[in-house]
Amino acid sequence: MATPDYDLIIIGAGPAGMAAAVEAGQQGLRCALLDEQEEAGGQIYRAIGRTPLKDEHILGDDYYHGRDLLHAFEHAGTDYRPGTTVWGVEDDLSLDVSRQGRSQRLRTRRLLVATGAQERPVPFPGWTLPGVMTGGAAQILLKSSAMAPPGPIVLAGSGPLLLLVAAQLARAGVSVEALLDTTPRGNWRRAARHLAGALRNPRLLAKGLGLLWEIRRGAIPHLKGVDDLEALSRDGERMTHLRYRQGGHSQERECQTLLVHQGVVPNVQLTRALELAHDWDETQQCWRPRLDAWGETSRPGVFVAGDSGGIAGAQAAEEAGRLAALAIAEQLERIDASARDRLASPLRRRLAPQLAIRPFLDMLYQPARRFLVPEDDTIVCRCEEVTAGELRRIADAGCRGPNQAKAFCRAGMGPCQGRLCGLTVSQVIADQCSEPVDAVGYYHIRPPIKPLSLGELASLNEPDITTRN
Amino acid sequence: MPNASAFERLPCRPQVRVTVFVEGAPVEMQAHDSAAAAVLAAGLLPSRTTPAGDSPRAPYCLMGACFECLVEIDGAPNQQGCMIPVRDGMRIRRQYGARDMHGEGPHGDA
Ligand SMILES: Cc1cc2nc3c(=O)[nH]c(=O)nc-3n(C[C@H](O)[C@H](O)[C@H](O)COP(=O)(O)OP(=O)(O)OC[C@H]3O[C@@H](n4cnc5c(N)ncnc54)[C@H](O)[C@@H]3O)c2cc1C
Ligand code: FES
Repeated sequence: MATPDYDLIIIGAGPAGMAAAVEAGQQGLRCALLDEQEEAGGQIYRAIGRTPLKDEHILGDDYYHGRDLLHAFEHAGTDYRPGTTVWGVEDDLSLDVSRQGRSQRLRTRRLLVATGAQERPVPFPGWTLPGVMTGGAAQILLKSSAMAPPGPIVLAGSGPLLLLVAAQLARAGVSVEALLDTTPRGNWRRAARHLAGALRNPRLLAKGLGLLWEIRRGAIPHLKGVDDLEALSRDGERMTHLRYRQGGHSQERECQTLLVHQGVVPNVQLTRALELAHDWDETQQCWRPRLDAWGETSRPGVFVAGDSGGIAGAQAAEEAGRLAALAIAEQLERIDASARDRLASPLRRRLAPQLAIRPFLDMLYQPARRFLVPEDDTIVCRCEEVTAGELRRIADAGCRGPNQAKAFCRAGMGPCQGRLCGLTVSQVIADQCSEPVDAVGYYHIRPPIKPLSLGELASLNEPDITTRN
Repeated sequence: MPNASAFERLPCRPQVRVTVFVEGAPVEMQAHDSAAAAVLAAGLLPSRTTPAGDSPRAPYCLMGACFECLVEIDGAPNQQGCMIPVRDGMRIRRQYGARDMHGEGPHGDA
């Protein structure tokens, strides 16, 4: 094996990856950070280096906090490579990366995956219609392009990010017709059991209450207990209106933009491609890679930090990134174990309240069952247009898991490689077969994890590439 | 041509302007916008149809996960619009069907 190019390669320039790079720099590690976006910041601090919005009040203080982190990262001495997608990782920790249509192989002694979260796929009737997009997508347009969607705008779903997007749109003076809250009413009762943990993070609780107050003050009608959401089209081209139930009554409403959201889940594309051990998280209703207290995975030398290791938010992502960098510095003998532990203790103290509030938030915003195991005629795999009913039929015909489902009905075979259907396919099959989701498993993800052209593969200047596959 | 209401621009700091062509019509954009943002600014909804069932689609996640933003850019099909910054003079077109990116083998040519 050729000598590694780096001590540490970090994938992802969100809070986890940037904080890890800063710590790695302080510990003298030769470190590169790769991110497929052209700018550092990750999801929360997207476009933080240049956001075009004139009014800083719109995105709020928590967003601009990212400036300090970006500043520290820019002075950390990291070999930062923006616009670089990691599409494969070999057993010896060589990374296959692509930049501007050319692929290259990089070698590293340790790897930190900090690829963050994606929004949970929200299947419901009509979710593929133009005019329906995610709450996160609207926020991305706001942060990076100062753009707002056309009205009438309706927000639907559950979770803190949905409330934040509603408040941010209101601050921007964009009129929101309604916030259709699909949070199941029983969630409050179950979440209340975890209130003690939540009270250890009063700042975040206050922020949540503040958002609710802003929504009320912004005169956005906040409709609770909404069910049976459907996006409908009169012309077959675009969504024109919505139907839903509230308080036992069916309602209809004209709508040009529907922003949907049901929380975020770890982006497991790379950790799956690495064949790391994953566990089903029943409270968060998603997969997470199995990690030790430093973020090391089932494969020695491979670490995960931030939301790609389990949803805990931006502050926790920073601390987790630093902890992983310290552990790596110790493994590579830059510091000894006692120095590592001493440096880690304030990080763990700050991490604790971030983790303590999670069970409360996770129970409170657990999606309604209908979004996890949708009705028969709802499309689950958007790329190949496979419905939940088809998945149930193939489960009855003997299909025992997502990988067999690919052969039975092409679910997960489209360009998104299961990112938008993987969770639902596992859950629907598990539900139909009365098996635990863990037993049903997830898609095998094989590189390339992003589509490449043949020309790009040919551009790989490594001779051993010809023997792959 | 564009047929839905367009996304609107909020008050901005000074920006570098570029002109892109969406279905042949000029659209004023800012240098860091994505091609998918240009599609939305032009009101080009739907921006593609699926190969599986010819159904209409438009950008959905804007973060590289869903691949609903596939469009033709400067003549090349299957370009992931939300991950590609606009360039002055870029030509963006709606994509009808288009081959499956992973069609034949694990490395299907785009
Ligand atoms: C759309 C969206 C919007 C959000 N907005 C907020 C918000 O406003 N406030 C809030 O508190 N939380 C928000 N969150 C929650 C968010 O997950 C965390 O707050 C925080 O961003 C997590 O930090 P991270 O470092 O773990 O990952 P991220 O910040 O998500 O960073 C991950 C980075 O990895 C890169 N990446 C992923 N895969 C690859 C690859 N294969 N190759 C190269 N690079 C790759 C991505 O481009 C990204 O920059 C949002 C989440 C999403 C999905
Ligand atoms: S809009 Fe989802 S990948 Fe581009």
